[in-house]
Amino acid sequence: MEQVLRRKQKGNLARAFYRFKKNPLSLVGLSIILVMILIAILAPFIAPYPGDSAGAVHFKQMFQPPSWKHPFGTDEVGRDVLSRVIFGSRISLMLGVVVLFVAVGVGLPLGLFAGYLGGKVESVIMRITDIFLAIPPLVLALAVTAVLERNLYNSMFAIAFTWWPWYTRLAYGETLSKKEEDFVEVSESLGASRTYIMFREILPNMTSSLLVKITLDMGYAILVGAALGFLGLGAQPPTPEWGTLVSLGRIHLPKMWWLSTFAGLAIFITVLGFNLLGDGLRDFFDVEVE
Amino acid sequence: MYMVLVLFGVSLLIFFLARVMPGDPARLALGPEATQEQVASLRHKLGLDRPLYTQYYVFLRGLFKGELGMSLITKRDVFKDLIQRLPATLELVMTAMLIAILGGIPLGVLSALHKDRTIDQISRIFAFAGVSFPRFWIGIMFQIAFAYILGLLPITGRISGDPPTRITGLYLLDSLIARDFPAFVDSFKHLLLPSLTLSLSPLAQITRITRANMIEQLRKDYSIVMRTIGMPEVVNIYKYMLKNAFTSTLTVIGLLTGWMIGNAFVIEQVFSWPGMARYGVNSVLRNDFNAVVGVTLVIAVGYVVINLIVDLLYGYLDPRIRLKR
Repeated sequence: MEQVLRRKQKGNLARAFYRFKKNPLSLVGLSIILVMILIAILAPFIAPYPGDSAGAVHFKQMFQPPSWKHPFGTDEVGRDVLSRVIFGSRISLMLGVVVLFVAVGVGLPLGLFAGYLGGKVESVIMRITDIFLAIPPLVLALAVTAVLERNLYNSMFAIAFTWWPWYTRLAYGETLSKKEEDFVEVSESLGASRTYIMFREILPNMTSSLLVKITLDMGYAILVGAALGFLGLGAQPPTPEWGTLVSLGRIHLPKMWWLSTFAGLAIFITVLGFNLLGDGLRDFFDVEVE
Repeated sequence: MYMVLVLFGVSLLIFFLARVMPGDPARLALGPEATQEQVASLRHKLGLDRPLYTQYYVFLRGLFKGELGMSLITKRDVFKDLIQRLPATLELVMTAMLIAILGGIPLGVLSALHKDRTIDQISRIFAFAGVSFPRFWIGIMFQIAFAYILGLLPITGRISGDPPTRITGLYLLDSLIARDFPAFVDSFKHLLLPSLTLSLSPLAQITRITRANMIEQLRKDYSIVMRTIGMPEVVNIYKYMLKNAFTSTLTVIGLLTGWMIGNAFVIEQVFSWPGMARYGVNSVLRNDFNAVVGVTLVIAVGYVVINLIVDLLYGYLDPRIRLKR
């Protein structure tokens, strides 16, 4: 019996991997993300001028166009743009991870409670969710940053504040459909506690939808974070946040085009990676996620 | 009715967000140099020293009178400021949505008809790129390419000379009404880059969803029957299949409008577009409290109304939903 089961699992995995491989774009996405994570981890070692990631000043070499010495050029105080963009990867990836950690951590249990417990709990949670969803995310995030000091951590908080309702919705929908299934009924008749059923029976069954949504949302969260940085409401200079870099470079257009171009390109490639991977995972798990 | 409840909730959320969060609006507005007395006097003037429920009551009463409180920057009522800037944002968002729909639907149909062939692959790549571009960055790239290098289009602003006489506040419409064609062409040129930038991601998403829905329709019995009885392909596609495919596209369009309004904040900044969103960003940057609350509230109302319209249209297009009620 055990052997048969194991063989079946192996078969499932092999088939899933085959489906994943069939979509070459998702492999591209995965490689982009892996490379970005490596860059972020190894930033101090691969950046040509690690000191330039913060407030260093070299007035002798301001505004140098891209060259072998400075492949992405230098900025208004002579810092190496490539080094700054490399260090920026740490900020954007961290922002995505923190935002989603909070959003999932808050939104998911609420959705489970609403879906499984029903009644008053359900109506209160879902009505609050509706209120949050009635304001476009970026607008709500802006309103939140308005009352906080402007820095990277508060912008993460602001984005997470707008993001959790999406996970409440996802978990709510999944819970509603899963709670009718036999395995839940069996658990209930065996006397399992509600907490056990919600977190040990229902939750594991929505992992694939969650994973797809989280992957896609990493990209979106990074975009929103960069937009806040660009508007001057997120990370503040000299933090080498990508959105902030684009915004600072904009003042010197069109002559110093390299200042904005490369930082924006970095955002684009990272977000593209998450989108490609998310799309591949969606086919892989065969789930529908809005 | 439910909508009214949601809006009431939204007003509560925004209001308490603005008041309960750490940070003192009066202190923020005056800056760190202000004395304790100055802060206290501004707090009193703004009514911030009163209990929260009284403040909320005053705020809500003002809403019914069309007042959103005084802006600390313009020293006028925020509602008046918004009314003045709303048309610019509307013009931008509507044009962008028009581009997204007029481009996205035919592209989606085309991809569906040529599934997995070259056109479909190109549109897929375009779709991935479209949703992954940081909007502010692609706007800047457009400015470099079309304005600086090619010199075809203006870099920023809404119009070069004086705006046409204000009737609707939409420059395109106003200049047409005034029969001022140079102004029409000029404002159109100004509008082109920002609205194109704003439309890219929605265009990509509409293309994808239309493609998916059309593929589903193509497999249905009725469309096979239509084809076998020799119904012209154009009629078949645009009259029957697209109408069915469009219903689910429509829900996305509602969501995308909200997305566009949010991203207008960024686009208006890039193109110095004198709209409501830019006003909102500046209010946030300069800690103009009432203005932030006002902008957020007006946008929430607009968004809820748009989603209601989408729901109604949905019923109109899909009799199953209409008749169920």
